[in-house]
Amino acid sequence: MRGEYHLACARLHHAIGEARQQGWLGKNILGSGFSFDIHVHSSAGRYICGEETALLTALEGRRATPRSKPPFPQTGGLWGAPSVVNNVETLCNLPHIITNGPEWFADLGLGEDGGTKIYGVSGRVTRPGAWELPIGTPLRQIIEDHAGGMIPGYQLRALLPGGASTAFLDGTALDVAMDYGSVEKAGSRLGTGMAIILDDRTCPIGMIRNLEHFFAQESCGWCTPCRDGLPWVERLLDAIEDGTGQDEDMDQLGRHARMLGAPGRTFCAHAPGAMAPLASGLKLFAADFAAHIQQRRCPQQSGA
Amino acid sequence: MTSIRIDGRDCLTRTGINLLQACLEAGANLPYFCWHPELGSVGACRQCAIKQFSGPDDTKGRIVMACMTPVSENTIISTDDPEARDFRASIIEWMMVNHPHDCPVCEEGGECHLQDMTVMTGHNPRRYRFTKRTHRNQDLGPFVKHEMNRCIACYRCVRFYRDYAGGDDLAAFASHDNVYFGRAADGTLENAFSGNLVEICPTGVFTDKPFSTTYTRKWDMRGAPSICVHCAVGCNTIVNAREETLRRVLNRYNTDINRYVLCDRGRFGHGFVNAPTRIGTPLRTIGGQQVSVPITDALQAFARMAADGPIVGIASARATLETCFSLYALVGPQHFCTGQTRHEQECVELVHALLTRHPGALPTLHEMESADAVLVLGEDACATAPRLGLSLRQSVRQASFHMADGAKVPRWMDAAVRTLGAECPSTLHVLTPAPTNLDSVAAEAFRAAPDDIARLGFAIAHEIDPAAPPVTDLTPDDAARATRIAHTLMAARKPLVVSGMQYGSPALLQAASSIAAALARATPEAGLSLVLPECNSMGLAMMGGLSLETVMEQARAGAISTLVIVENDLTRHLPPADVAELVAAVPDIVMIDHTATPLCQQASLVLPVAAFSECSGTLVSQDSRAQRFFQAVFPTAPIQAGWRWVQALAQHLDPSMLHISGLTGWRDLDDVLAALAVAFPPLAPAVMAAPGADYRMNGQKLRSQTYRASGRTVIRSFVNVHDQPPPGSPDTPFSSSMEGAYGPDMPATLVPGYQAPAWNSVQALNRFQHEIGGDMRDGASGLRLLSRAGNQNADPPPYAYVNDIPAPYAARTDTVLVLPDTRLFGSEELSMFSPPVMARAPAPTLGLPADMVTSGRMVLHLEDGPHVLPVKPVPGLPAGIALCPAHMVARALRFPCMARLDRAPDGGEGS
Ligand code: SF4
Ligand code: SF4
Ligand code: SF4
Ligand code: FES
Repeated sequence: MRGEYHLACARLHHAIGEARQQGWLGKNILGSGFSFDIHVHSSAGRYICGEETALLTALEGRRATPRSKPPFPQTGGLWGAPSVVNNVETLCNLPHIITNGPEWFADLGLGEDGGTKIYGVSGRVTRPGAWELPIGTPLRQIIEDHAGGMIPGYQLRALLPGGASTAFLDGTALDVAMDYGSVEKAGSRLGTGMAIILDDRTCPIGMIRNLEHFFAQESCGWCTPCRDGLPWVERLLDAIEDGTGQDEDMDQLGRHARMLGAPGRTFCAHAPGAMAPLASGLKLFAADFAAHIQQRRCPQQSGA
Repeated sequence: MTSIRIDGRDCLTRTGINLLQACLEAGANLPYFCWHPELGSVGACRQCAIKQFSGPDDTKGRIVMACMTPVSENTIISTDDPEARDFRASIIEWMMVNHPHDCPVCEEGGECHLQDMTVMTGHNPRRYRFTKRTHRNQDLGPFVKHEMNRCIACYRCVRFYRDYAGGDDLAAFASHDNVYFGRAADGTLENAFSGNLVEICPTGVFTDKPFSTTYTRKWDMRGAPSICVHCAVGCNTIVNAREETLRRVLNRYNTDINRYVLCDRGRFGHGFVNAPTRIGTPLRTIGGQQVSVPITDALQAFARMAADGPIVGIASARATLETCFSLYALVGPQHFCTGQTRHEQECVELVHALLTRHPGALPTLHEMESADAVLVLGEDACATAPRLGLSLRQSVRQASFHMADGAKVPRWMDAAVRTLGAECPSTLHVLTPAPTNLDSVAAEAFRAAPDDIARLGFAIAHEIDPAAPPVTDLTPDDAARATRIAHTLMAARKPLVVSGMQYGSPALLQAASSIAAALARATPEAGLSLVLPECNSMGLAMMGGLSLETVMEQARAGAISTLVIVENDLTRHLPPADVAELVAAVPDIVMIDHTATPLCQQASLVLPVAAFSECSGTLVSQDSRAQRFFQAVFPTAPIQAGWRWVQALAQHLDPSMLHISGLTGWRDLDDVLAALAVAFPPLAPAVMAAPGADYRMNGQKLRSQTYRASGRTVIRSFVNVHDQPPPGSPDTPFSSSMEGAYGPDMPATLVPGYQAPAWNSVQALNRFQHEIGGDMRDGASGLRLLSRAGNQNADPPPYAYVNDIPAPYAARTDTVLVLPDTRLFGSEELSMFSPPVMARAPAPTLGLPADMVTSGRMVLHLEDGPHVLPVKPVPGLPAGIALCPAHMVARALRFPCMARLDRAPDGGEGS
């Protein structure tokens, strides 16, 4: 677990402690002869530790850089031993599947995919939050019913359906079903299912700059395009947003989106993920970029 | 072999390699950074991007990293594809985002891999228009300079330093574009191979600090193939010279020995050549004063001395075969001394005998890397033969390679193989009296006294082959240990036993060879390697001669009138009383040496000899490889090669006094070697160690300067603006200038430096190799004098095991057993005249078992008197043993040495 998540970590320890007290964890669980334990490792907080092989490397106490495959973690993972890496979200489904059977679980989904998904919405909505819903719930329903719709006075302009590393969708995509296939068809990715909303009174370039700042910071520094390309992107966006952008900067942004966006060019998926909002944003907000460069300022910042 | 298509051209390629290697071997200019032939692939830099097509109909293809993609049958790739080119150019541009572009003042400039690769990608405009990130540099000690802003974060340095060489004080810090490669804090890089960062780093981050003080542009230096003189391993080097001074030493690839890596003693030990201790002119002692005299005076003085009576010659294990042999030719076998004590000589000759009759293999360093079980018996190879120690460190990776083979992961997939092998049991057993640097990778590091280690060794041999004599009264622990080690060795396909002369114990040498011989009965590949003390110890052992004790007897009997000592500091072999007695008993001593050793003060005549960079000659390494080094510097007269001095002496004697009268007529090195071959047939192949002086390539001599060497007339312009004829050496096929032949097909022994079109850094070596990481295009470097093959005989005759098993070691209460504490820096003679190595030599301390440390400083009563030394506890050191820095406290230490140990009168302070 990320080192900064103190509260979550304390709660987890507490819950595991309770389980252990009940005899549900540890040696010879409930006299079954089966032993099992959970160890919570809170490591230095790096986004890249979410990449399964970087996570293993970090667990070994080394720099959190991703590994090349093969060997896949299933055959040569933690300290070279076979390892299974799963999200907690995935593991949480197991008790229910075991209790109610796979059919029941699959039937929970509304579309092609089975089960439930934790969806979330952040941005200028009335009730930002996260909810476990049947997978395939339409985006509009999540935003309007669960997140309570936009805060009065704000219009939805675009959104990142699956978190920071997914491509922008505009307001016309609200009826997309939030399952893997449908979101992909709409031109983005389901990702984490945590939608980020861009409203009409926030500068899209400011938003992208904020995202790229994050991605540049969180690059592990292993491969060249990501390590040195993302900070360049960040500087370009800084310049444009601050009113010192130049026409050639758009070529540079486009070049980075192209060069870093395709899979296989960087060592892991961090840089392609970082390029998803940029590449889609360059298209969707072309007029905003042009306005920033022409007016030598952020129209929205000075307007607001 | 298989065929792959590179840019429409079908190329025959080895299987099992990656596409980067395949492209380079096919002659393509594909840029790369993070891949290194010795370190494998990790896919960090993304510079080697190419297009791979799934079949003849695939027109789109996809970008892959050549270094991470294995060669497979019918692979179709393009290096020339516009998208791939564009991406590679972008990589350079990204690397340059924070790079200072300070080539004109950068010490890497001119042999910079980054420069080469930048040009290769064709990338010119730098469009990044924001502020660059800067780093603070660190002081990394006397060997390596640090300029972090030039870093392109290829991670080679840490992979070499930590993963390959086992260092832990250099690391990658921080993340994103702020990654930093250095130490946690300023301070000396401790690893014995830190100097290799200079060559491993593809940019100017790590550069050669001693070279920096006499820096000269890389392309303005003369180069010559050379051999390291700082231990008996015989690593191959390149020496670079400018203005007739030696400037630096670089690695020279020898596929069997050092490959891509030199130890720091070898790289930085050359400072003795330019040290103030160098002798520049002949010196005569007149009226108790040493005065510089012309060469004719010196030789006439010698003629007068020689008229007084018999001459005895003392040779040296650090002098060339040619020099030692010329002395032999002068004085004859009755008067030729090897310059070693009887004990030293017996040990060296024993090593030669044991290697000669070893029924198994005599592995090269490279072969040792693939040994799958290693036993180190009583030798701290990391200190006595550092490069060999590094090869043993690599051997523990064998298990992970086998796992990788099983998992179908190519062996060059470095990170993956290391992940798979993370928990692999190592098969290295280190049995030594004191801790060694190999302990951390050893399955077992066991401490015992030399005699007990020998006993264990004999017991292991007996476990393997019952025909070997048993050891009685072993403790149950030792018996179990012997059984365990014997089984590990017997289970191996390529077991290896390493021992050596460090502790002056013939029993250790015997025990090691008994084990290896016992193994060889079932496993012909069973290897034996024995470490010798000096760069020509083996050559001298094959010549033989009198011991120093015999010379002492002759001197006492008044049978020596003149003693000619060549390149030997006797005070490192004989205790001061003996040296004094010798000096008193011999009327005249003639010292022929390059460095003013203590005895020079007492000589009637001192003659200045050329150091290894200033002449050519042949050395025989501990594994019997005869290797030639070549002249790079043309010293000021009368400095000349040792054999030429001996010849000059001979010319002033009555020819009837010479043992081999041809001596006076030798014109060049080839003449000396021809005569040597006649006198010592076992050494005859040494003639073929390298092509002779008459070798020509395309009808031309070989050039020793780069094609763009500059300033030939400018450099002397304060004297004369006319072009001077460049100096010439009769001993080598080299021209001393930029005129002559050069190319990747030149003989491996004669490569004066690496350069190929588009490749100006050391990585141009790829072009000189037949296969990358394999043999050179033309021949091996040097020639083994002893057969290296495993035993071909299906039914070998029984091995004649010796039965000289020592009694168990018993600690005494009245005296301690003094063992030499051999150090990487401090123990070897010549490197200790080199300022950066001197700076790294730790102050002498006395190592004791923790419970014997009763005060901060103690007095050790050695043969030459009491020595007050600070003491340090040595974990695991057996009771009753004291570790005394070799040659630093008492210059000469007799084996075995028992001494009294007292508390220092001033008690506990110090430590
Ligand atoms: S490292 Fe190479 S490219 Fe960089 S400044 Fe030095 S010579 Fe130039
Ligand atoms: S210091 Fe040199 S070897 Fe190390 S990462 Fe930087 S460029 Fe590469
Ligand atoms: S191991 Fe020996 S021969 Fe090799 S570089 Fe070091 S000192 Fe020289
Ligand atoms: S050389 Fe291939 S990625 Fe670095």
